[in-house]
Amino acid sequence: MNEILIRSLTPSVLGILVRRGADFAAAEDAVQDALVEAVRVWRDDPPRDPKGWLITVAWRRFLDATRADTARRRREDLVDEEPAPGPAPAADDTLQLYFLCAHPSLTPSSAVALTLRAVGGLTTRQIAQAYLVPEATMAQRISRAKRTVSGVRFDRPGDVATVLRVLYLVFNEGYSGDVDLAAEAIRLTRQLAAAIDHPEVAGLLALMLLHHARRAARTAPDGSLVPLAEQDRGRWDTRAIAEGVVILQAALARDRLGEFQAQAAIAALHADAPTAGETDWVQIVEWYDELAGLTDNPVVRLNRAVAVGEADGPRAGLAALAAVDDSLPRHTAVAAYLHERDGDLKTAARLYVEAARKAPDLAERDHLTRQAARLNVRLSR
Amino acid sequence: MAKYLLLKHYRGAPASVNDVPMDQWTPEEISAHVQYMNDFAARLEETGEFVDSQALAAEGSFVRYDGEGRPPVTDGPFAETKDLIAGWMVIDVDSYERAVELAGELSAAPGKGGEPIHEWLELRPFLGAHPTVTECTLK
Repeated sequence: MNEILIRSLTPSVLGILVRRGADFAAAEDAVQDALVEAVRVWRDDPPRDPKGWLITVAWRRFLDATRADTARRRREDLVDEEPAPGPAPAADDTLQLYFLCAHPSLTPSSAVALTLRAVGGLTTRQIAQAYLVPEATMAQRISRAKRTVSGVRFDRPGDVATVLRVLYLVFNEGYSGDVDLAAEAIRLTRQLAAAIDHPEVAGLLALMLLHHARRAARTAPDGSLVPLAEQDRGRWDTRAIAEGVVILQAALARDRLGEFQAQAAIAALHADAPTAGETDWVQIVEWYDELAGLTDNPVVRLNRAVAVGEADGPRAGLAALAAVDDSLPRHTAVAAYLHERDGDLKTAARLYVEAARKAPDLAERDHLTRQAARLNVRLSR
Repeated sequence: MAKYLLLKHYRGAPASVNDVPMDQWTPEEISAHVQYMNDFAARLEETGEFVDSQALAAEGSFVRYDGEGRPPVTDGPFAETKDLIAGWMVIDVDSYERAVELAGELSAAPGKGGEPIHEWLELRPFLGAHPTVTECTLK
């Protein structure tokens, strides 16, 4: 049994412990211990009932820890009888754990860390490596998060939107260390989609799949960014695209549009084009208009300007861009691109240099610098 | 979630409000300053925002490649260097506002007379990882 399969049992096992009356923080520690033990033992001696095994071991760990705690406090009123496992509503427990770990009282970084540990079953060390912080820092972040949610009732429904934001953050972080956060985000969103019937959960899952499908094509062997128009579409993962499209279509059919479904629809239109030149930009602009009606996020209007530039020509794109707040990240990069398409290479080169200076990440900065260099070579001929 | 570098300068930053060199403090004032810095780092570790903290010697040398088969050339230290880094702290926080808040607290470390130094710290964002979804980045 591999590590991901073991980890996929985390939320239902943790849910059962909490349902038996264990407090969340202690139960979560006990489940982590059981997971570590499972990874160690199962390779040679896989259990017939993995979930039952985890529940038994985690519950024993919980009792041991509680007993040690109680001994310290010189109390002896502990009930250590093991309750009968009995049928437990696993899907509900899983859903409640997502809600708890994305509780609005948590900061985004705490919610992300707690979700990856308590729902994802990752170790503190793995999470610390993925976010490039010391393990001690991540351990504190997680234990603070647990304290923050300690008073939250486990049986109250939460807000799906906050859960989706947390999963979206995990997905967008990409990957460093030995944990592929994008793949983990997809796994967790898939698991959520199985626990709750909600079109925006499906929308986010579709969005992730459609973007993940392009991952191999998005980066050149030297690590540089390959823009969508120049990607080798033969390297796109057609299975992930097909799955994303099916999930999206089912969600859209329910006629409860949300931001993630609209974003996924745009990603699907890109995925659907056999070549960049065949992209249906007119429909993409329409989806951006839908999206702008769902959110006041100015980034939507910035991206819409790019789409307008493709659908109606660079002049129209620049006109659309003029109405967008120019302090937005990537505003200058979009302006540079549209000016180049409009044939004004000098302005475009200057703007690419400026955009590179403002770029929020290294790959993008290098990409924009290359664009400027490419135009400067052409201009000097 | 973003990482920021808090840079402390020996030279090159604008003058502090309480701008008295450390060698003119009392030993107790120095201890109080060091304690403040340690407490600050410990507190950041507790909030799950601490990444790294290092101090640098005031004097270093410059090194460069000098061609195939030749040892690297070294030069310096240069007494006239305008910008001299004293050390840094790396934090991992949820927002720029939080980074500014923490830099402000660090700048309040006590100096001469136990009064805050009001030292100027340079706050520099790390270039982060490239986000997967760039067509539309939700907040």
